[in-house]
Amino acid sequence: MDDFKALSDAVIKGDIKTALAETQKAMDAGSSVRDILNKGLIAAMDEMGERFSKGLIYVPQMLRSAKTMQECTKLLEPFFQEGDVISKGKVLIGTVKGDLHDIGKNLVSMMMGGAGFTIIDLGVDVPSAKFVQKAQEVEPDIVAMSALLSTTMPAMLETIKALQKAGLRDKVKVMIGGAPVTERYAQKIKADSYASDAGSAVSKAKKLLGVS
Amino acid sequence: MIIVGEKLNTSRNSIEEAVRKRDATFIAKVAREQAEAGANYIDVNAGTFLEQEVDYLCWLVETVQSEVALPLSLDSPNPKALSEAMKRHKGEPMINSISLEEDRFKSLLPVITSQPCRVVALCMAKTSMPTTTEERVQVSSELIEKLTGEGFPLEKIYVDPLVQPVSVDTRMGIAILGAIYKIMNDFPGVNTICGLSNISFGLPERHLINRNFLALCIAYGLSAAILDPTDKQLMATLLTVEMLLGQDEYCGDFIDAYQNGRILG
Repeated sequence: MDDFKALSDAVIKGDIKTALAETQKAMDAGSSVRDILNKGLIAAMDEMGERFSKGLIYVPQMLRSAKTMQECTKLLEPFFQEGDVISKGKVLIGTVKGDLHDIGKNLVSMMMGGAGFTIIDLGVDVPSAKFVQKAQEVEPDIVAMSALLSTTMPAMLETIKALQKAGLRDKVKVMIGGAPVTERYAQKIKADSYASDAGSAVSKAKKLLGVS
Repeated sequence: MIIVGEKLNTSRNSIEEAVRKRDATFIAKVAREQAEAGANYIDVNAGTFLEQEVDYLCWLVETVQSEVALPLSLDSPNPKALSEAMKRHKGEPMINSISLEEDRFKSLLPVITSQPCRVVALCMAKTSMPTTTEERVQVSSELIEKLTGEGFPLEKIYVDPLVQPVSVDTRMGIAILGAIYKIMNDFPGVNTICGLSNISFGLPERHLINRNFLALCIAYGLSAAILDPTDKQLMATLLTVEMLLGQDEYCGDFIDAYQNGRILG
């Protein structure tokens, strides 16, 4: 574990130059791509997510770390081999129909991607039929929906109903979030989980799928 | 500067609880405090009640207007709620808001042309949110032209340049300021309005960011703001900046606010 502390620290600081150098150093020293990824990069992003949830760090710091991780991943990519990248789960995400807000949704995608989930982002103004169609196609573990307007929140319920109708509701976990969304609303529409921010979205998703 | 008092919004817990209980005394008190602090309009928003929004919004209109003799800003993306609230409103309300999103524009147009009102024109495009100054100006121009084309008076339009967080993109602040400046210059007579708190999402010391942003907005020509007029530090910034920009004759408003304890340095 300790081998990757300098790399993790650089990712946490968002120091791209040092992080790239540490990644290269680890490869030169013969560390496996898989270890660099999991014990260096993903571990750092997990830490950032936790700190963010606790209010210890702020959005720009999260963005900077995510950017740093992306750059390091690019360096590793040519050496990826089968089995190096083990996805924590597949997440189909989008902002619901009638709603064009994407900032919160993008932060969640970024943090979940950083934590090792595979993200399929449908963008904004996503009709329930689109969620269903894509869910049939990619068979996600989680369907995650965002809404920033009280008027578009009902589209979350519509999507859940549509998933049910398509026989998919038992095959996926549903997560919701967004400024006007509450735990109470999540229970009311029988979503499996509610996340109040991008950091807790990661921990809630792991809990839902029973992964660490 | 036209001040729209933002506190009567059910996304605040204390307000949601008061509205749920129909606590008219509490609502009246919050309305009164904002009026005394210098609000020109009182914003009312019952968005968190979802299906019951229409009822609660109408109740808010009647409750607030029986306490203060001010027009209200009727705040909802829901055309039905706006049209019902408008029917109960005395005087000329501000409708908050219309945008280029097709359903919203189509269903609100008959509402805002049915009786005299002012309208907040939110800089939201048909299928996306603008980010650069140019995109914001483009969307605003289209909105202004569509509204005035329907006979809506230019001076009753309040363009909201759509405030987005600087934490996510550090170019956001200057893009919004540039849009305010350009819109005010391209359409003499039109108003610009915005809320402040979105700018500071994701950052610490949000009040500090909000009030400095307000100062910049005013300097770039903003003519109306949705804010908490009972925040004495924020009002101090507003009045000081107006004075420094030569918008306060004999520094009268500034001195008056100081002598009446309405501002805090």
